[in-house]
Amino acid sequence: MAGLEDLYREIILDHYRTPRNRGELDVPPATRVEGFNPLCGDEIVVYVRVDDGTVDDIRINGQGCSISQSSASMMSAAVKGKTVNEARAIVRAFKGLMSIHEQRLDGDGAVEVEPEPEVKLGDLEALQGVVKFPVRIKCATLGWNTFTQALDEAGASGA
Amino acid sequence: MKATLDAAVVRKDFAILDRERPGGGPRLVYLDSASSSQKPASVLDAMQDYYETTHANVHRGVYAIAEEATARFEGGRRKVARFLGGREDEIVFTKNVTEAVNLFVQSWGRANLKAGDAVLLTEMEHHSMLVPWLMLAPQLGVELRYLRVDDDGRLDLSDLDAKLDGARFVGITAASNVLGTLNPVRQIADAAHAAGAVVFVDGAQSAPHIATDVNALGCDAFGFTGHKMLGPTGIGGLWAKRELLEAMPPFLGGGEMIRDVRLDGFETNDVPWKFEAGTPPIAEAVGLGAAVDYLEAIGMDAVRAHELELTTYAMEQLRDRYGDDLIIHGPGDPAARAGVLSFAYKDVHPHDLAQVLDQHGVCVRAGHHCAKPLMRCLKVSATARASFYVYNDAADVDALIDALAEADKLFY
Repeated sequence: MAGLEDLYREIILDHYRTPRNRGELDVPPATRVEGFNPLCGDEIVVYVRVDDGTVDDIRINGQGCSISQSSASMMSAAVKGKTVNEARAIVRAFKGLMSIHEQRLDGDGAVEVEPEPEVKLGDLEALQGVVKFPVRIKCATLGWNTFTQALDEAGASGA
Repeated sequence: MKATLDAAVVRKDFAILDRERPGGGPRLVYLDSASSSQKPASVLDAMQDYYETTHANVHRGVYAIAEEATARFEGGRRKVARFLGGREDEIVFTKNVTEAVNLFVQSWGRANLKAGDAVLLTEMEHHSMLVPWLMLAPQLGVELRYLRVDDDGRLDLSDLDAKLDGARFVGITAASNVLGTLNPVRQIADAAHAAGAVVFVDGAQSAPHIATDVNALGCDAFGFTGHKMLGPTGIGGLWAKRELLEAMPPFLGGGEMIRDVRLDGFETNDVPWKFEAGTPPIAEAVGLGAAVDYLEAIGMDAVRAHELELTTYAMEQLRDRYGDDLIIHGPGDPAARAGVLSFAYKDVHPHDLAQVLDQHGVCVRAGHHCAKPLMRCLKVSATARASFYVYNDAADVDALIDALAEADKLFY
């Protein structure tokens, strides 16, 4: 049985206690998307402003557990200022970190995630302990799936 | 009937409570019976024995074991009827309460409601009562109304008569699965009847824990589920007054529920089989019958007294140890609630709290408990919930209280 220290790493608790990029953006020009975890009631709101193929700004709102909130906070720090293509690559790399379990549990036909060897996840790797707690993977990926949807809705295919 | 329940004796019948914990350490502390109860050996034995000695389809074969299977299946129905104080032909087996509500709403609702009629529910209802109506109401043009929940977690009855004006159906839970609140079913049912409404009581959280007499409750229909009352999953049921069941059109069509089928029509079977299309959960009915036997041997008054004692102890201990850092949702008086405690500890998210508790062998539920409208009333996204049953004891409560302190080490 995995220990709690695998799940609640210090960097995760730091982002939970002090979330980065917390708040809202004006819509438009930003795009706003809500994400729900129907199992637990967690709600995340992602605001993304894409300008000239770049994730110009991002804000996170909503409420949820330490894993969903810290994962979204770490994501916002990782993608802000990146090009849309770079941001999508980070998302794929992170989903790769979580994907084996997520696909098996979802059964919703999530696409195979290709490895992203060139992407350095850095602090985000602290979240890999989550895969030892399969129920919590959906918490960790909630913000990321919501962000992806926001990019799609913003029509940001990259440049 | 014994006057009191000895949890130490009861626990011996539940093998799972002795299982090795995934992380080793202290014993399994199962505090999630409101979600699903564990099963005593007698229930498992009855089902095993049924499959090993008797299994055949029911109401079909003329051979001996088919007759035996039918007798054991119908024996389960007879025991459930006795347990709830209803008649045998008024018990319709379903998968669970959810199916019982859907059956009633779809069958009775479509046959009896018209545009402009009102349906009265409450803010504390489980999704299983809310969603069937949210699905049907727009199709029929029916207005949905809700009794409010007050600050003590009780139903606000001050506007009951006004909300009953024009109501044809009232759906209330006997005991809230989140707050534990025991609702004044009889009072509401009497007022509803005076206003000309039928009353459906969700007994998912009451039937396993408190002696039930559907006639004394004054309701017209009552939903229950087996797996929360020591029985297997996959079986529950609807009790409803015979004249209602007879007047209601069938819900699911298929085998068993018919008397005759022609290529241009069919005639339905008698109640209750009219509502039991297809091969029913036979072994599950046998298991549910054994669960009812087990509960009756303890005595439902003893079950209630045991849970009230545990709930009182838990509320006292939680307050003594954690004071204002811990909020218990729902009635402050333990006697006003079933053995269900939803709580918030500081601002630790319920998911995180449940994760920490699990590390110490304590199983509690975290989430919205299929009652999202009630979560919004409470202004929370989720709660942690501990719930008690016949096999829990004071040591389980102590384990919960000690494990809560571990959350401090992580989050503060």
